[in-house]
Amino acid sequence: MAQFYSETVMEHFTNPRNVGEIEDADGIGEIGNAKCGDIMKMYIKVRDNRIVDVKFKTFGCGSAIAASSIATEMIKGKTIEEALKLTNKQVVEALGGLPPHKIHCSVLAEQSIKAAVADYYKRNGIDPTPIVGKLPDPHGEGHGI
Amino acid sequence: MSRMIYVDNAATTRIYPEVLDKMMPFLTDQYGNPSSLYSFGQYARQAVDEARDTVAECLNCRSDEVYFTSGGSESDNWAIRMAAHLMADKGKKHIISTAIEHHAVLHTLKALEKQGFEVTLLPVGQNGIVSAKDVRDAIRDDTALVTVMFANNEIGTIQPIAEIGEICREKGVWFHTDAVQAVGHIPVDFAKMNIDMLSLSAHKFHGPKGVGALIIRRGIRFPSFIEGGAQEKGRRAGTENTAGIVGLAHALKLSCERMEKTIPSLAAMRDRLITGILNTVERTRLNGDPVNRLPGNANFSFEGIEGESLLLLLDFKGICASSGSACTSGSLDPSHVLLALGLPHAIAHGSLRITLSDENTDEDIDTLLSEIPPIISRLRSMSPVWEKIQKGEDYE
Repeated sequence: MAQFYSETVMEHFTNPRNVGEIEDADGIGEIGNAKCGDIMKMYIKVRDNRIVDVKFKTFGCGSAIAASSIATEMIKGKTIEEALKLTNKQVVEALGGLPPHKIHCSVLAEQSIKAAVADYYKRNGIDPTPIVGKLPDPHGEGHGI
Repeated sequence: MSRMIYVDNAATTRIYPEVLDKMMPFLTDQYGNPSSLYSFGQYARQAVDEARDTVAECLNCRSDEVYFTSGGSESDNWAIRMAAHLMADKGKKHIISTAIEHHAVLHTLKALEKQGFEVTLLPVGQNGIVSAKDVRDAIRDDTALVTVMFANNEIGTIQPIAEIGEICREKGVWFHTDAVQAVGHIPVDFAKMNIDMLSLSAHKFHGPKGVGALIIRRGIRFPSFIEGGAQEKGRRAGTENTAGIVGLAHALKLSCERMEKTIPSLAAMRDRLITGILNTVERTRLNGDPVNRLPGNANFSFEGIEGESLLLLLDFKGICASSGSACTSGSLDPSHVLLALGLPHAIAHGSLRITLSDENTDEDIDTLLSEIPPIISRLRSMSPVWEKIQKGEDYE
């Protein structure tokens, strides 16, 4: 079948990894808004500074779902610091490329992880801004890109 | 993959085999140029003339009012630009249209605005229909043109064309209609509806791609759109696309002959689909008017999901459909048509357009009714928006 997306994107879209919620999550991050057509919500469970579990829920196109799925795989089992180093470019590469107007999906994936980590820091009384940087308001306009 | 179910007939249609048969001689042995004097060329000339007569008969216009073009977009561009510039010479630089036109019209109007024209885009009601009274009220002394589509390509709503035609004729304002989605699908009467210019495209009614027509009422003295030859009475130069023109005419003839049967049978399939989906999938709405809509058009919005992922999952099941979501348009905004209905962005992103033709069957509807609901559930189960809806939270 001729396809608009790479095989990896289609594979992650059809069999997304780590879909769902974590009831007792240690950090939850949400990026994007329904107006623009993409929302990503990440839940992380942290033990000894390590992301031991991660789940996501995404409202969005095929590449948004695939980017969320692959990003959860890329940070699962990693330390917080390692997870924060994940860039949207790495997500695009791991997906075998994205069409130009879909690059923002990978940015949402990177940002939603950062937002979940920021939430984790906040819950532990640490100001996340110096570590994570400024993240776009999930209820504001645009994707912050 | 199992059998393909093609339900995107507003995008394009399959050429009728009988149409292809009529075209084939002109793609093979009968390759003469209709402008050539010898009989080999005149055979092609005759075919083009006959095609013009057929189109005129189907639409109740005169043969000399039919100008063949490359398709709907060209016809829209030609009609609007020429009318605007002719009228500008008389100091009339105001154009009236609607918020739900095809981009071939909207973008042409945008370009004219940059050239100093003033454009009034009338709103539509929640049902996607423009009010004829609004058209009347918008007409000014300097109105050059009214352009209102016959039927909408996304939500299938049929506009009050006869009423608008009557108003425009009474007011002495030219009236163009983009009838690309209507011709061959529902009755269109050029003379009786007081239309001055009408655009149509062959591939929307089982004809070939790359050929259309602009019908221009006799008496409107248009300058030529393409210079360089005497074709189409010197107004649109270029060697005629003989095969395409013959195909257009035959497809239109067949579509019009079959219309009496197609309209009720498509409407029955459409209504069964609409009822079935609305009854089984919660938080779903039908976009457009339930009655005044094209017989083959159904357009839904499913809350909590995004249209592109829906299309991809339908594609896995061999179902070809379309959506007004931003992701399918390449921009961040969903369809301007759905937004014009007053739909919130989030709901407009979750739209699905199903457009049937006489080649679809009751089994196709059965398949759609069994395949669509589980796909919606699957996408909703991974959607944070659906989660918010379930909790009764605001998500817009």
